[in-house]
Amino acid sequence: MRKVFVIILLILVGYFLTNTFSLITFGENRIGNTSEEKNVAAYYLNNTKEKTSVANVVTAIVVNYRGFDTLGEVTVLFLATTGLGSILFRRKEDEDQIERISKPSSSLVQTGSRILFPLIALLGIYVFIHGHLTPGGGFQGGAIIATGFLLMLISYKNFKAGHTMLIWVESLAGITFVTIGLWGLLTSGSFLENTLPGGELNNLISGGIIPIIYIAVGFKVAAELTGVLDILLNIKPKK
Amino acid sequence: MIVYVIIFSILSILLIASAIYAVVQKDLLIAVISTGVISLILSVFFYLMHAPDVALTEAAIGIALTTIIFVITIRNTTRNEDESIDNNLDKF
Amino acid sequence: MYNLELQNNLITTSVYGSAIALILIGLYAVLVKKNLIKIVIGLSIIDAGIHLLFVAIGYIKGFTAPIFSPGSENLANKMVDPVPQALVLTAIVIGFATTAVALSLVIRLYKHHNTARIDQIKSLKW
Repeated sequence: MRKVFVIILLILVGYFLTNTFSLITFGENRIGNTSEEKNVAAYYLNNTKEKTSVANVVTAIVVNYRGFDTLGEVTVLFLATTGLGSILFRRKEDEDQIERISKPSSSLVQTGSRILFPLIALLGIYVFIHGHLTPGGGFQGGAIIATGFLLMLISYKNFKAGHTMLIWVESLAGITFVTIGLWGLLTSGSFLENTLPGGELNNLISGGIIPIIYIAVGFKVAAELTGVLDILLNIKPKK
Repeated sequence: MIVYVIIFSILSILLIASAIYAVVQKDLLIAVISTGVISLILSVFFYLMHAPDVALTEAAIGIALTTIIFVITIRNTTRNEDESIDNNLDKF
Repeated sequence: MYNLELQNNLITTSVYGSAIALILIGLYAVLVKKNLIKIVIGLSIIDAGIHLLFVAIGYIKGFTAPIFSPGSENLANKMVDPVPQALVLTAIVIGFATTAVALSLVIRLYKHHNTARIDQIKSLKW
């Protein structure tokens, strides 16, 4: 009975979704001529090169035009980490008998992850330093670094992602982001105003404050995601 | 152009098939790996639709991190969807 | 098969169709399945479908990715819509955070009731 209702509901939802999206042609040009600036996408595409001198338009939108949104997003990530820690709370006495992995990994896995970890971290740092020139940025680079930490956490029994270190990295990155934003507010009158000189397009040092903020976001996301993985891996397993 | 048509059709069939398999499969570990396959195909879709930033994010977060937190949860709970059969599957 | 309109229709159907199919399959899992981990899997499938739908709306046929590279600085007129891409970038990271919180609640529930099935949880007290 329940399944019949669900299938009727699914048919209704599918019918209305199909009807709606048959009106939106796939691959149609909805921006129009960018120099006329009829909509917000045209404005971004037309002005990014001159005003911010950042090559990657998505980076310019995420960090500068919608920078406040990104600040809210990293706050949500921080709240998720905190919530995870308080939901899966464990007492101090249990701390000694943590069993992250029941059996030690084979030496093949251990040696492999020890060789791969610096390379993965290097790739992550490359991705978020070049976030304004190539595809990628703080979120992607941070996630890649967290993957490297995950590899070490599951292959070594006594590898610890120090919580004090994670907290310090995260707080300093967050403070950098907010300070740059407030500085723009004080000097130019709007939060996250790009006050530094833009520089030349397609150079590593260009784009004013955008690379600095994206590097801070990268460190913050890496610390938060590593914290999530560390909390989840340290749950006491069932008997 | 014809190459695009073939690639898009094959990928969309694979996408829907792995989504259905993830929902139907009783062994939760296999279902989670199937969810990872969805993310992988989705990342190829994003790359073909000229969204390299989104493809990179989906590859790093959707394939690696989401799959591993599901696997950790299954390690701490149970591997059978029904929980009625023997628990031999649970040891891993 | 060499008909251009037919090819366009096939691409449209495969992209929009698979996005809508993902949303419906995820909704089915959320509504019908009893196991909490299966429900979270269903939620992440819905997430994937919505991301695909967003990026598909921003795609423009024959245009390039919204990145200025040396030698193609004057192509601002030939770039796909960057706004949905920025929104989806945000949504993927937030989706990971919500999935992590949901799974930690599942672990907590399993430790209290020794079951992850919502029809076998008898008492509502934690």
